Amino acid sequence: MTLATDVLAGNRRALSRALTLIENGLDGRDEILAELYPRTGRAHLIGVTGAPGTGKSSLVNQLALAFRQQGRTVGIIAVDPTSPFSGGAILGDRIRMRDLSGDSGVFIRSMATRGSLGGLARATADALKAFDAAGFEIILIETVGAGQAEVDIARHAHTVIVVEAPGLGDDVQAIKAGILEIADILVVNKSDDPRAPNTVKALRAMLDLGSQRSAQAMVNHHGRVLEAIQPVIDGNSQSGWNVPIQLTTATDGTGVAELVAMLETHRSYLVESGELARRVQAQMAYELDSLLRDALLERLLASVDSSAMASVVEQIAARRLVPHAAARMLVSGLTEA
Amino acid sequence: MTERKIRALVAKPGLDGHDRGAKVIARALRDAGMEVIYTGLRQTPEMIAEAALQEDVDVIGLSILSGAHMALVPRIMELLKQNDMGDALVLVGGIVPDDDVPRLQAMGVGGIFGPGASTVDIVKLIREKVKLA
Repeated sequence: MTLATDVLAGNRRALSRALTLIENGLDGRDEILAELYPRTGRAHLIGVTGAPGTGKSSLVNQLALAFRQQGRTVGIIAVDPTSPFSGGAILGDRIRMRDLSGDSGVFIRSMATRGSLGGLARATADALKAFDAAGFEIILIETVGAGQAEVDIARHAHTVIVVEAPGLGDDVQAIKAGILEIADILVVNKSDDPRAPNTVKALRAMLDLGSQRSAQAMVNHHGRVLEAIQPVIDGNSQSGWNVPIQLTTATDGTGVAELVAMLETHRSYLVESGELARRVQAQMAYELDSLLRDALLERLLASVDSSAMASVVEQIAARRLVPHAAARMLVSGLTEA
Repeated sequence: MTERKIRALVAKPGLDGHDRGAKVIARALRDAGMEVIYTGLRQTPEMIAEAALQEDVDVIGLSILSGAHMALVPRIMELLKQNDMGDALVLVGGIVPDDDVPRLQAMGVGGIFGPGASTVDIVKLIREKVKLA
C-alpha cells in the first residue's frame, strides 16, 4: 500500500500525512499527486473570503454542519497569514469550528500563507486535489482575512462566497475593483446588526450598476445621453447568473439554509451553462502558467551563479543597467545554455 | 521551495477558563517561526487527538491549570497512539505537583512546565526533540 492508495481508501491519517508532504514540497510529492490527480474533479470547491472579522470561520462551520445534515462529506482548508517577521503563524480558524469535532465526515486542515500574497498558500491548489481525491464531496476553502486585492480564491474555487459585515465601508468601497468582483454569492453576515440592511442596499446598488437592466433604466430616465455609460463594471462577467445577496448570522445559523440552497443553484448553473468547464479550464491554464514561472525561475537561478547575479544587481544600483534590460540579458543567457 | 516548518497544536483540555498561558505559549512559538494551531478553550481529549491528526502536528502543548492532568493526559496519550500520532512530542504546562511529574513522563510526556517556565526553554526543547523529515 502506498500513501496515495491509503488516501484514496479514505484513511484520515494518510490524508493528513499527504497534506504535509504536499505543503512542504517534500520528496514524493510529485509521485503522490500523480496517483491522486486522476481521481480529482468530483468535489464542489467553494471559496469563502472576506475581510478579517466578518465571520468567515463561523460561516464555514455553519455551512459544514448544513452539508453534513444532507449526508455529504466536507473537507475544509482554512488559511491564516504567516508572520513576515518570524515566519511563524497562529492558525486559529478551528476555534470557530468546534461543532464539527467528532464527525468523521469532516476533515479540517489549517494552512499558513508562507509568504504568498493572494489570500491562499502556494500549496493550497495541491492540497485541494488531495481532499478531492480522498472523496470529500464539498470542499470549503477559507482564505485569510482579505482586503481588496486577495483574489486568488477565484483561481481555485468553483463558487466564491464573499462575506461582508455591516459597518465596514461606504458604497464607494463597494464599487472599487477587487474582491467584490469575484463574488458568485454575496453574504452579509451579522445580520442582527441594525446596519445590515444598509450594507445590503449598498451592495445591491453596486451590483445593479453593472446590469443591463439598470443601464436601460438609466437611458429611460435620463435619455440617450447616458447610454455611453455602458458597458460599466460587470463584476461577474458571465451572463445568466445574477449575484444574489444573502443575510446570515453565523453564530446562530440564520440564513444558512438559504445560502446552501444558493450554492446548489450556482452549482447547477455552472454545470448546465457550461461555465464550470470553462472556469476549470481557465483555472488549470493559470495553474500551469504559475508552475511554469516557478520552474523557469528555478532553472534560471540555478544556471546563473550568484556572483554574476550580484554584479548585475550592482550595475542596476549604479544606474548603468535598466532592470528590464538586465532581466532580458539573464533570460537570454538561459536559453543559450 | 522546500520548506518544512514545525507545526504545533496548543490546546486547553478540561473546563478551566484560564487561557492566558496557552496564548503566551502560542505567541512565543509563532515568534520562534513555528506554525501554531490554536484550538481555544474547553477541548475534550477526543477533540485534541482529532485536531492533532488532521493537522499532522509535530508538537502538542497541553495547558492544564485545573489539576485534572492525571485524568486528561492519559486519555489524550492513548487516543494519540490510536490515531497513529504516537510520535508527536507532547508537552504539559500548568500546575503539576512534583509527585505527578515522573508519572506523566512515564506516560510519554516529553516536557512539563510550571509557573515561571521560560518560553525560550520551551522553544529550545521543541527544536531539540522534533526531527523534521
